[in-house]
Amino acid sequence: METNELKVLAGENPLFAIKEIVQRHNAYLGSAIPILQDIQNTFGYVSPEMMMRVSDFSGIPVSELYSIVTFYAQFRLEPIGENLIQVCHGTACHLAGAEKITEALQFETKAPAGGTSPDRKFTVEKVACIGCCSLAPVMNLNEDTHGRLTPDKVKKVIKARLKAAEAEAESKGGSKDA
Amino acid sequence: MRNGNPTVKVGLATCAIAAGAAKVYETVKESLKDTDITLERAGCMGMCYSEPNIEVIEPDGVKYFYGNLTPEDAAVIVEEHVKKGNPVQELLILGEGCQTEDASFLSKQHRILLKNCGHIDPEDIESYMAVGGYEGIRKALTTMTPDEVIEEIKLSGLRGRGGAGFPTGMKWMFTRQAEGEQKYIVCNADEGDPGAFMDRSILEGDTHSVLEGMLIAGYAIGASIGYVYIRAEYPLAIRRLKLGIAQARERGFLGKNVMGSTFSFDINIREGAGAFVCGEETALLMSIEGKRGMPRFRPPFPAQKGLFGYPTSINNVETFGNVPRILHQGASAYNSLGTEKSKGTKVFALAGKIKRGGLVEIPMGTTINEIVFAVGGGISTGKPFKAVQTGGPSGGCIPANLGDTPMDYESLQKIGAIMGSGGLLVMDEETCMVDVAKYFLDFTKEESCGKCTFCRAGMNQMHKILERICDGEGREEDIAILDDLAHKIKMGSLCGLGQTAPNPVLTTIRYFRNEYDAHVKEKYCPAKKCKALIEYSIDPEACTGCTLCAKQCPTDAISGQRKEPFVIDDSKCVRCGLCINSCRFEAIKVTSEPRVTV
Repeated sequence: METNELKVLAGENPLFAIKEIVQRHNAYLGSAIPILQDIQNTFGYVSPEMMMRVSDFSGIPVSELYSIVTFYAQFRLEPIGENLIQVCHGTACHLAGAEKITEALQFETKAPAGGTSPDRKFTVEKVACIGCCSLAPVMNLNEDTHGRLTPDKVKKVIKARLKAAEAEAESKGGSKDA
Repeated sequence: MRNGNPTVKVGLATCAIAAGAAKVYETVKESLKDTDITLERAGCMGMCYSEPNIEVIEPDGVKYFYGNLTPEDAAVIVEEHVKKGNPVQELLILGEGCQTEDASFLSKQHRILLKNCGHIDPEDIESYMAVGGYEGIRKALTTMTPDEVIEEIKLSGLRGRGGAGFPTGMKWMFTRQAEGEQKYIVCNADEGDPGAFMDRSILEGDTHSVLEGMLIAGYAIGASIGYVYIRAEYPLAIRRLKLGIAQARERGFLGKNVMGSTFSFDINIREGAGAFVCGEETALLMSIEGKRGMPRFRPPFPAQKGLFGYPTSINNVETFGNVPRILHQGASAYNSLGTEKSKGTKVFALAGKIKRGGLVEIPMGTTINEIVFAVGGGISTGKPFKAVQTGGPSGGCIPANLGDTPMDYESLQKIGAIMGSGGLLVMDEETCMVDVAKYFLDFTKEESCGKCTFCRAGMNQMHKILERICDGEGREEDIAILDDLAHKIKMGSLCGLGQTAPNPVLTTIRYFRNEYDAHVKEKYCPAKKCKALIEYSIDPEACTGCTLCAKQCPTDAISGQRKEPFVIDDSKCVRCGLCINSCRFEAIKVTSEPRVTV
C-alpha cells in the first residue's frame, strides 16, 4: 500500500492503518524505526496512543518505542501546523545569517522557536544541514527549497504561501457549493 | 539550420532544484517537445554556485556549458543554440572559444570519482553501463578470487573516506577472516556534518557506482546482504537508490546468483531518523537494529561482531564509489595519485564565503591555498581570507597563514584538524571565530547521545562558557577552563563524537587567541558579529529620512521625522539586521569598540 492510500485508510480507520504498517515491516529484524517512520509519514506525528497500538500488533515494548521516538530528531509527538518550515542551520547557512532568517520567520509567522504559530498555520523548525550550502541561507517550506534568502525574501515567501493557501481554501469551498 | 542534433542535459540534483532547475527543465522540455532532440537529466556537475545549468553536447562531442540560468534564458538557449546552432555567448560559462574564469574550476581538479556526476543519467542503468559501469564486479567475478580483490584494494592504498582514514583493504580482510555464518556490508550514507554534501551528490549523480562498490565488497568478504543507511533528509538520493536497486535486480546484478555466478547479494535501504551520532559506526549498527543510536565500546570491532552480532564491514559512500574504479582500472593507476600515505583523490564540499562553491575532487596533498584560490576563485565578499574549517564539527579551524598545508590525513592531524568527511568551509574577515566555535558546540552538545558523562555534561559547560564570552561576560580564567574541559572530554568519551567535538574550540583558541582575548578582556567583537558586543547606529550624513528602516524594525527602535536623519534607540534594538537590509543609502553602521582598555 502506498503512503497516499495509507493516509486515506488512516482517515477512515486509524487502527487498520497501524496494523497494515506493522504487518508490512514485522517480518524483518530491527523493524521498530521503519514502522515508526511510516506511522509518522501517514499520521504526521506519533502519539502515545499510536505507540501503544504498534506495541499491541508488533510485540515491541512501548518503552522501547518511546525511547526511539524521543531519541531521534525526526519524530514528533505532536501534530504540526498546516505548513512546515525547516530553516537550515548548517555551517554555511550559519555564516550566511541563518539566525536572522529564523528571527524573520518568527516575526512573520508568530511561531515560537521550534514551535507552531497560535493560528496553527506554520511550524518553524531548525534543522541540520540540508546540503544546499552554495545557496545559503536556505529553508524548506513544505516540499520546496528556497535559497539565497534575506529577511525580506522570507516575508515575501510567507505572504505568497498565505495567499496561495487562501486561494486553495476558496476553490475547495467553491467546489463544495457547486 | 544545423547539422545533426545535439544532446541537451539539465542538472537536477537537490541543490539545482533549490536554485530553480526544475522550471528550467520544464521550459526546455516544453520547447523541445516537437523535435527529436534528446533531453537528459543529469546529476550534479559540482558547480553548485552556477546552478541551474544546461549542457549542450554537439554531435561531434563538443560541449557547451551554461550557468546561472532563468527559465527565460533556457528558452533563448533552446531557440538559438539547440535549434539553430548558434551558442549564446553571454550565458556560456564553459565551452569552445569561451574564455571564462569558471574553466579553472574544473581544469585544476582531477575527477575520478566525480567523472560521471553530471554527465550520465543517474536514473538509467544503461547510461552507467555505457561508461564502463558494472565492469568492476564483472572482472572480480570472472577473473579474481575474493582474496585477490582484497589484495588489489590494499595495493591501491584506499583509505576510509568517512573521516578516520582506516585502510579499506585491511577492514575487508578482517571481516573476511572473521568467523560467522552470515556477514554484512553496510554503506554509511548518514552524512551528518553540516556543510558536507559529497555523499549526497554521488548518490544522486552516480547511484550505481555505490551499489557496484558494495557488490564488490560483498564478494570480497563473503557477505550476502548489504544495507545503505542514509539520512532521511536526502529524499532524492533515497528515491534514486530505490530505483537503482530495482534496475540492478532486473539486470541480474543484484539478487540470487549475481551475473550467473555462485555469488548472491542484495541491498536494503534503511533511512536514518535524524541523529548525528549515527554516523559513528557502532551507533549506526544499533540504529539499523531498531534501537536508540548509542555507540558501544570497541573491541569487538564490527569486523568481528557487527550487525545483529555478525561480522560487518562499514564503509562510507565515497569509499564504495572508488572501489569499481580501482578494480576496473587497476590499483596502480589509483595509487599513482596522492601522497605517500594518502593515495588517490578526495572530494571536498567547498562552501562558505567562496566565489565558486561546489564539489571539488583533487589529488590528496593539494594545498589549502590551491583549493581556495585556484579552484574556488578566492573569497566571495572580496574581504581577506581568514580561515578554513575542515571536517565539520569534529574538525578544526585552520588559519590563512597555514594555507600551504597539504590536504592529507597526516598533515591535517599535525596541525590539530582532521580530514573528516570532506566539508571545507571558507571564512573571511567578517567571521567571528568565537562565534564559530560556539556554533559547532551548540550542534554537538545537542547531538551527544548522553551515554558518556564528559561528553554529555562537559560539552554543555563549554557551550555555556562560550555563550558567556560572546555575551561580553567572559572571565579571565574561562579560556583555561575551556582548554581543560576540552582535553577531559576527549579522554573521557567512548566514540568519535566526544573525542573530536572539542576540536573547533581547541583550534580556534590555538590560532585565534587574540579574538578570545578581545571578547574576554576588552569586551568587543573584532568581526562585529556577537550581538551583545555590537551597536547599530545611523549615519546622519548618509540618512535621507526615507522611513524605510523604521517600517521594517520589529521592535520600533527607529524613530525620526520624514526627510530628517533617523536615530536608533539602543535599548530597544535587538540587532536583527532588518534595517540594514532595507537601507538603500548604506546609512546604518554596525560598530564594536573596546569597552575596557588593558
